[in-house]
Amino acid sequence: MKRKLVVLLGLALCLFVALGASAKTYTIGFAQTGGNEGAWRDAETASVNAAAKDMGINLKFVDGQEKQEVQIAALRSFIAQGVDGILLAPVVATGWDEVLQECKQANIPVVLLDRGIQTSDDSLYVCKITSDFVQEGKRVGEWLSKKMGGKATIAELEGTPGADPAIMRQKGFAEGIASYPGMKIVLSQTGNFNAADGKQVMEAFLKANSRINAVFAQNDDMAMGAIQAIQEAGKRPGKDIVVVSIDGTRPAFEAMAKGTLNAVCECNPLLGKIGFETLIGAINGQTYPKWVIQTDGLYEASQAKAALPTRKY
Amino acid sequence: MKLRVDKKYMPIVATIAVAVLLYCMIGFIYPKFFSLRVFVNFFRDNAFLGVIAVGMTLVIITGGIDLSVGSMIAFVGVFCAYLMEKTKLNPLLVFVLALSAGSLIGFLMGALIHFFKAPPFIVTLAGMFFCRGVANMISLESIPIYNPTFNAIMRFGIPLRHFIMVPTTVLIFLAVMLVFLYIAHFTRFGRDVYAIGGSPQSALLMGLRIGRTKLLVYTLSGFLSALGGIVYILNVPAGNSLAGVGTELDAIACVVIGGTLLTGGVGYLAGTFVGVLIQAIIKTFLTFSSLSSWWTEIAIGVLIMIFILLQRSFSQLSVLSRAHAQVKLRKPGGAETGGA
Repeated sequence: MKRKLVVLLGLALCLFVALGASAKTYTIGFAQTGGNEGAWRDAETASVNAAAKDMGINLKFVDGQEKQEVQIAALRSFIAQGVDGILLAPVVATGWDEVLQECKQANIPVVLLDRGIQTSDDSLYVCKITSDFVQEGKRVGEWLSKKMGGKATIAELEGTPGADPAIMRQKGFAEGIASYPGMKIVLSQTGNFNAADGKQVMEAFLKANSRINAVFAQNDDMAMGAIQAIQEAGKRPGKDIVVVSIDGTRPAFEAMAKGTLNAVCECNPLLGKIGFETLIGAINGQTYPKWVIQTDGLYEASQAKAALPTRKY
Repeated sequence: MKLRVDKKYMPIVATIAVAVLLYCMIGFIYPKFFSLRVFVNFFRDNAFLGVIAVGMTLVIITGGIDLSVGSMIAFVGVFCAYLMEKTKLNPLLVFVLALSAGSLIGFLMGALIHFFKAPPFIVTLAGMFFCRGVANMISLESIPIYNPTFNAIMRFGIPLRHFIMVPTTVLIFLAVMLVFLYIAHFTRFGRDVYAIGGSPQSALLMGLRIGRTKLLVYTLSGFLSALGGIVYILNVPAGNSLAGVGTELDAIACVVIGGTLLTGGVGYLAGTFVGVLIQAIIKTFLTFSSLSSWWTEIAIGVLIMIFILLQRSFSQLSVLSRAHAQVKLRKPGGAETGGA
């Protein structure tokens, strides 16, 4: 009995020493928003997981179930576990100051992924790595204005209320169509960034206004829902009603190849590698501009078939 | 000498056993799980849920249910954030207004349930939609709170160690727990709550104040869920109309896991306290393990089923043993019946 114990203790000690002696592996916590936003977010999560494997990072992953309190609890748990750095994809823009203060006290740098936050103190986080959502909205708005000859009755499917991309894309789109007085947004409601809600809202839109001839969905998943609703109402998406969206997921490219979606502005979700590199840089004392911008491209339906095989998400 | 536990206390003993077992098992895998910081976080992360679960326990003991509590968090959060940030009202005054509004909504629901004999499920379901709707009416966008007085309240806490403290939210939760333990077990109102849930008919025959008690229970639940909303924004300093979705179900889960019967009449606040802790332990474990956090839901679902089965078997056992005792009692006098 005693001998067994000694052997066990010895083994434990060996393990401990081995772990301590190996090269510095970073432990990084990633608080994701949740799993309900479809293909784009899945691609982002996959990219973070893959990058962690490539770079030998010990990743702690928590999906936030779309709830801020779950994400805050996750951040506190990361602090308790003594991680080296944190990647956060905030589910809403507000209410982060306190918990980020705690991270700062514990000397743990936080990099924001794909969304920004509103805070009174910018020093609470290293930087945000996102696309320029306003620019995305604007490019889609301008493209749609040209396509429609400056005159359209537009329905808008908004993202989750209060979420950064929803606010910014709306703003950008409005800027994009601002110089065309014939472009009118007649209906605008939230589809919560998911296909089911997007479909439901689009059904209601079609009943409310039969003259709608353009739809701007603030993400691909809602566009997929809208396309279905349009088809079920007996109209041809992409022809009778022009559909544009943002994100550029694989289903969106497939829809463009089929002609049901007219144009999409890409929003690159493959943020894993750049996220970790920035974070490790920050751990080692490097500073970054507050906003690291990902550049995105606009794709039309005619380019979709050619681009499809190279799409990773 | 044998250690005997009254059957009455079996469910709560089972709850405590599960909590301790879970805590130790997880701590064995992740040594940092035993740290003081993690322990304090159990309470910090779930203080709002705990406050709400206290009110829910009382409601369920009377045989009712309150589904409005999650939406109440959203309503109170947005209400407070709006008043503090947009109209610059004093936070303390805002809190008083929020608590009054919550109590009033609770009172109205109680009145509908008592005077119109409407089922609590439907009435509080209406309350749930109402509160969520009002929250969205006030503001669709999340409102950050930067009020200095509010921040002072939020940052207040009893320091335990370097950078680890027991904040206001946890203090409120513990105070509510203590006050309501006293109310439930040492006041006439508390006894009335249990009596109504046990058997409304006999409570009525005994001349207990059924109407008053029911009204008060729903008013208290409204008050406590409003307080839970305040605790929520002290944890997440922003008024968000999407906050607290599904919290009513989490609260009910805490209550059931804590050994309270959904049919009413039987239950313990202390059990609910441990029920909240069990949820906290499971949630924290998942942040340690990188497993999908939806496992929380699965684990809680399984636990609820186990506890309901346990309670069934306990109550079945006690019915059986009572029947057994009666047979034993009758035996010596069996001749009387036989002789007739």
